Amino acid sequence: MSAYADQLTADLLRPLLKTSWRFWFLAVLLTGVVSLGIGAFAYQVWNGIGVWGLNWPVFWAFDITNFVFWIGISHAGTLISAILRLVNAEWRRPVTRCAEVITVFALMIGAMFPIVHLGRPWLFFWLMPYPTERQIWPNFRSPLVWDFFAISTYLTGSSLFLYLPTIPDFALVRDKTTGFRRRVYSVLALGWTGTTKQWHRLESAMQIMAIAIVPVAVSVHTIVSYDFSMAPVPMWHSTIFGPYFVAGAIFSGIAALIIAMAALRKFLHLEKYLHPVHFENLGKLLLMMSLLWGYFVFGERMTTWYGNDVSEMTVFWQTQRLSYAPLYWTMVIVNFVVPVLILSFKKTRTIAGCVVASFGVVVGMWLERFLIIVPALSHKSLAYSWGHYTPRAPEILLLVATFGAMVLFYVLFSKVVPIISIWEMKIGQHPQLAHEHKSADEKATMWRTEP
Amino acid sequence: MTAIYGLFDKPDAAQRAYTGLKRAGVQTRDITVVSAEPFEAFEFSHRDHSMILFRLALVGGIVGFLAAVALVRGTELAWPLVTGGMPIVAWWPNLVIIFEMTMLGAIVTTVISLLVAAKLPQFGRTLYDPAVSDGKILVGAPTASDAVREALTQSGAVTIKTIDL
Repeated sequence: MSAYADQLTADLLRPLLKTSWRFWFLAVLLTGVVSLGIGAFAYQVWNGIGVWGLNWPVFWAFDITNFVFWIGISHAGTLISAILRLVNAEWRRPVTRCAEVITVFALMIGAMFPIVHLGRPWLFFWLMPYPTERQIWPNFRSPLVWDFFAISTYLTGSSLFLYLPTIPDFALVRDKTTGFRRRVYSVLALGWTGTTKQWHRLESAMQIMAIAIVPVAVSVHTIVSYDFSMAPVPMWHSTIFGPYFVAGAIFSGIAALIIAMAALRKFLHLEKYLHPVHFENLGKLLLMMSLLWGYFVFGERMTTWYGNDVSEMTVFWQTQRLSYAPLYWTMVIVNFVVPVLILSFKKTRTIAGCVVASFGVVVGMWLERFLIIVPALSHKSLAYSWGHYTPRAPEILLLVATFGAMVLFYVLFSKVVPIISIWEMKIGQHPQLAHEHKSADEKATMWRTEP
Repeated sequence: MTAIYGLFDKPDAAQRAYTGLKRAGVQTRDITVVSAEPFEAFEFSHRDHSMILFRLALVGGIVGFLAAVALVRGTELAWPLVTGGMPIVAWWPNLVIIFEMTMLGAIVTTVISLLVAAKLPQFGRTLYDPAVSDGKILVGAPTASDAVREALTQSGAVTIKTIDL
């Protein structure tokens, strides 16, 4: 094995084979945060959904905000990874798995919220298309059922997209471990050996998955936007919502990816593999999405303002000047002003700069989801149906717990799976290898000149 | 059956062994090359190319499409509930379900095809050596004849082993 490959394997397997007290401390702390959320959910199930701040006319608030937000975050991974794979971007190699993991866990968290929000969550299986003895089937004309199909497809596809390229790495870990761990990794590796046929089939499968997953990812957030735009609610019933939601999802997803990569780089000492150039490239992408997001917001607001429909303008002014204005302008600052100021200049487009901008975007995108949902419901059409919404402890705890769960899942995953694809990193060295061969005049061994 | 294999440090040595085995009369399909990463620049890596997974993905997509059409249309006709003034079989919303199930069909078929084509999972005895995970490249043949052993030795194998399969 070359010195580079040796070092690479050692560095990327270190988190799996050695456990520091910091890991246990973090795991216990995060488990505590998640337990708070589970407790809040149990309290809600026991007492009914009335323990939330929801009340007529606002029946969607934190729960659906969290749903849309986390589904958006999930767009970081698989979509970005698939696009980078398809265009064969060399710099993708250390990034793809970090990103794909975000997708799977964010989807799991996001998909939980429609169930949490059902009030009687134990009946969630009514969404599934199965013939019951009462002959009641899901209504395929309902956006809630579309969500079920879209998220199920995306979660299945993303999980497989994450799992397939980890099989060779599981085989590597299998060969480097003993005892119980070896048995577990043997099962996960499925008996992978690495024959030329297996490599070809794996690469073909990854190509097909990358091609298939991109439209699925786009469809998922479009369908999430349909939860709103199919309803005749002021400022919801808009044709722009599909692409607006997709752009916002990719925007928040890239921000989450930058934060995750910076944390991995710092805590797992991956400075040799996650270089400043990776952050700079993602920073440029974040800048582009920030500008695109600003364009969509301008388009949406301008159209509403120019149309001057009374019910739409009521909601419009709530966010521009009235009770939701502080949240709205905070959103504009952290989603647009701050990222553009930081990421436009090479001098500030550093790792720290990208992370600061990304934290702002994550907060801003959660606010954006909240501001789409609550002002429209609380000031819908006629004044007699107006109301207010104030969150209570259970939904705040649930929100906090989702962030805890995301970090906990990520920490646990990076403890059992190499967070950077080892075999893909090794392939990254091959152009150099081929060049070395030519310069050593060993062309006779190359396939191109084989008689 | 006693198979034989050599372990090589470098891909060019593995390529020499591959060429040597062919000259020793071993059929291309009988030569096994195992590595911890694919080596696209070498001839031994250019066997076994196939478009079968792409074709099967297409078939999977078509099956998903047909299943979705049957599901939505069959359900709506079996339970003719008027919703929002839409027709009983409402194709616009149905397209959402049909699209998702088409893609799901293609994705799941791809994974199943991969497992079948790559012969996974396999937990029996096979031509493999854990040294592959240390960067060695395994080149092997199903019969341990003298000519095969000679070809592996002359190509610069660091280790030559036999294995009962």
